[in-house]
Amino acid sequence: MLSIKNLQAKIGEKQILNGIDLQVNAGEVHAIMGPNGSGKSTLASILAGREDYEVTTGDVQFNGKDLLELEPSDRAAEGIFLAFQYPVEIPGVSTINFMKTAVNKIRHYRGQGPLDAVAFLQLMKEKMKLVEIDQSLLSRSLNEGFSGGEKKRNEIFQMAMLEPKLAILDETDSGLDIDALKIVAHGVNSLRSKNNATIVVTHYQRLLDYIVPDFVHVLYKGKIVKSGTKELAKELEAKGYDWIKNEAALV
Amino acid sequence: MTTATETFFKSIQESTVPSYFGEGKTIRKTALQRLLEIGLPSNKSEEYRFTPITKTLEKKLVWETSTQASTLSSIEPFLIPGLDAHLIVLINGAFAKQFSNLDELESSVTVTTFAEANTQIKEKIVAQLGSLNKSDDAFSLLNTAFYQEGIFIHVPKNTVVAKPFLILHINDAQQKQVVSHTRLLVTVENGSAVSVIEKSDSIGAYPCFHTFTEEIVVGEDATFDYCKVQNDSGSIHQVSNTTLSQSNTSKVNTFTLTLNGQLIRNNLSIIIDGEHCESHFHGLYLVTGNTLVDNHTVVDHQKPNSFSNELYKGIMDENSKGVFNGKIYVRPHAQKTNAFQSNRNILMSESATINTKPQLEIWADDVKCSHGCTTGQLDEEALFYLQARGIPYDSAKAMLLYAFALDVVALIKNDTLKSYVDDLITERLHKNF
Repeated sequence: MLSIKNLQAKIGEKQILNGIDLQVNAGEVHAIMGPNGSGKSTLASILAGREDYEVTTGDVQFNGKDLLELEPSDRAAEGIFLAFQYPVEIPGVSTINFMKTAVNKIRHYRGQGPLDAVAFLQLMKEKMKLVEIDQSLLSRSLNEGFSGGEKKRNEIFQMAMLEPKLAILDETDSGLDIDALKIVAHGVNSLRSKNNATIVVTHYQRLLDYIVPDFVHVLYKGKIVKSGTKELAKELEAKGYDWIKNEAALV
Repeated sequence: MTTATETFFKSIQESTVPSYFGEGKTIRKTALQRLLEIGLPSNKSEEYRFTPITKTLEKKLVWETSTQASTLSSIEPFLIPGLDAHLIVLINGAFAKQFSNLDELESSVTVTTFAEANTQIKEKIVAQLGSLNKSDDAFSLLNTAFYQEGIFIHVPKNTVVAKPFLILHINDAQQKQVVSHTRLLVTVENGSAVSVIEKSDSIGAYPCFHTFTEEIVVGEDATFDYCKVQNDSGSIHQVSNTTLSQSNTSKVNTFTLTLNGQLIRNNLSIIIDGEHCESHFHGLYLVTGNTLVDNHTVVDHQKPNSFSNELYKGIMDENSKGVFNGKIYVRPHAQKTNAFQSNRNILMSESATINTKPQLEIWADDVKCSHGCTTGQLDEEALFYLQARGIPYDSAKAMLLYAFALDVVALIKNDTLKSYVDDLITERLHKNF
C-alpha cells in the first residue's frame, strides 16, 4: 500500500529526515516511536502533504501513485488521513458542514455523486456513536473551545467519516486521559480491516496497549534505527530511549 | 488644487446660493462659505491621508452638479430580488417617481421629497436639516451646499413599519459624467421601529461622483435597522456622511457592505445621547481590482449606561486598498459605558493594503472599552487542515474566507436581505463548496 524509499527532507536549512525506508501493507498497524525531535511528526506531515518541508531525495508510492506529486486534498481523496497532533480551531465552520464538504469533495474526486442530506446524516449518526461524540459538539465551530480530548475524538470521528485506506495518527495520545484514550483507541480499532492500514506515531508505549501494532519502528535522528514487534515498544517503555541512542552511536 | 477646481470654486463664490427648493437656504450658504474657506482635502489632510479623493476626482471629472435626465427604462437590475420593500429611487440625484413605490406604506408614516413637501413638513425639514450633521468634512459641506434632492421619512410614535425602505441611488453615466448629491432625513419617534436599506449603483463608462448625507434621529425605545449595500458595477466615487442620534433605550443596528466601486468613503457617526442604548455597527468590505474603500466611524457616548459594539472586517485582494478609522468617545459623565471595537483584515495579495487606526478618547473612569485590530493572511495551518481532509485548495480558501466574513452578517434580520447579502459574499469569495 505504502512504500517509502530513502526519504530525506529538510525544513529551511535543517535536515530532518535522513533516509527513511518503510513498507506498509493493507491490514497492518505500524507504530513509529522515537524521542522528541527524531522526525516522527515530520514524517507524518510529509505524507499528508504539508508544504513546510522540502523533500530532497526519496520516493513515496501509495497504491501505485507517486504520493509526493499529489496535492494534499488529492492525497486525502486517495485515502490518506492524518489525525493531527494539534487539531486546528476554525471559527465559523461547523464540523458538520466541514465534513459534508469533505465527504462530497472526496466523492467527487472518486467520480461519485454527492451524498444527500439524509444519507449524510445517517452516516454521521453511525460514526458519532463510534467515538461517543455529541451532535451539539459537531454543530459548533470546528474545534473552537473544544477540550484536548474532544479535539482528538473529533479527529477520529472525521477519520471514521472519511474511511481512509491509510490512517496516520500523529501523537493522538498526547493530552488524553485514560478514558479518552480508550474511546479513541476503540474508534481506531473498530475501523481496522484487512483493506486498510494504520501508522501510529507516538512517544509513549501507553497507546499501544490499546492499539496493538504489528510492527514497531524506532526513529532517531531522521532514520529508522530499529524495527521489531510490539515487544520492542515494551522494551522502550522499560528502558527508555538511551540504549537506542547508544546503539545508534555505535553504528 | 487644479485650475478646474479653482474655477469651480470661483464660480460658486460669484454665483448666488443655489436654490433648488426654498428650504434650507441659510445652511446651504453657511456650508458653501465654510467649503470655500477649507477647500477640498489634500493629501496632507489627516482625515484623508490614505484616500486621495480630491486628486482622483480632479483628474476624472468637473464638479458641476449633473442636471441630465436619465434614459433608464427599467430599474430591475438594481433591485434586491424578492425583497418586499417600500421603494424610493433617485437617479442622478433626482427623485424618480415613476420607479418609486410607496403604495403600501402605513398611513401614519410620512415620506416625501423635499421638493414636494408641504409647508408644514418643510418647516420640519428646515428644523432637522443639519441638526445632527455638523461635520466639517468638505464633502459633507459640498453635499449641504449642492444637494439636489432630499427624502424625508417620519415615523410617528409607537409605529412599526412592517416593510423595509429600499432607497436606490442610481447614477446613469452612459451619456456623460455624473455628479450628484442627495440627502436623507429620518425621524423614528419614541417606541417605533423601521428598517432602511440604501443601495447605490452606477451604469455607463463616464466617471461618477455621488455624495449622500443622512441624518437619522432615533427616539426613545425605538429601533432602527440600517443596511448600506455598495456593489457598484461601474466605477463610482462616493462619499457618504451618515449621522445617527439615539435617545434612551433605543437600539440601532447598522451594516455596511462594500464590494465594488472605484473609491468609497463612508463616514458613519453614532451619537449616543441617551441611557441604556444599544448600538451594533458592522461593516464588511470585500474588494478587488483597484477599489479603495475607506470607513471612518465615530461612536460618541454622551450619556451613561449604554452599549456599543463595532465590528468591521475586510478582505483585500489584487490592488485594492482598505482604510479603517474608528473613533470612540466616552464623555466625562458617560459612566458605565461599554464600548467595543474590532477591525480585522485579511490581505490576499502582495499589493493589497490596509491602513487601520483605532482612536479611543475616554474621559469617564468607570467604563469598559476595548479595541483590537488585526491584519494578516489566511491561516496556513487551517488551510492545510481543510486540504488534508480532501477539500481542494481553492474551496478551502473560500471556506475560510467565508467563515471569516460570516459573523458580520449576523445582524441582518430580514431574511431576503440576508440571503441576498449571503449570495453576494459567496459570489465574491468564489465559494463553490
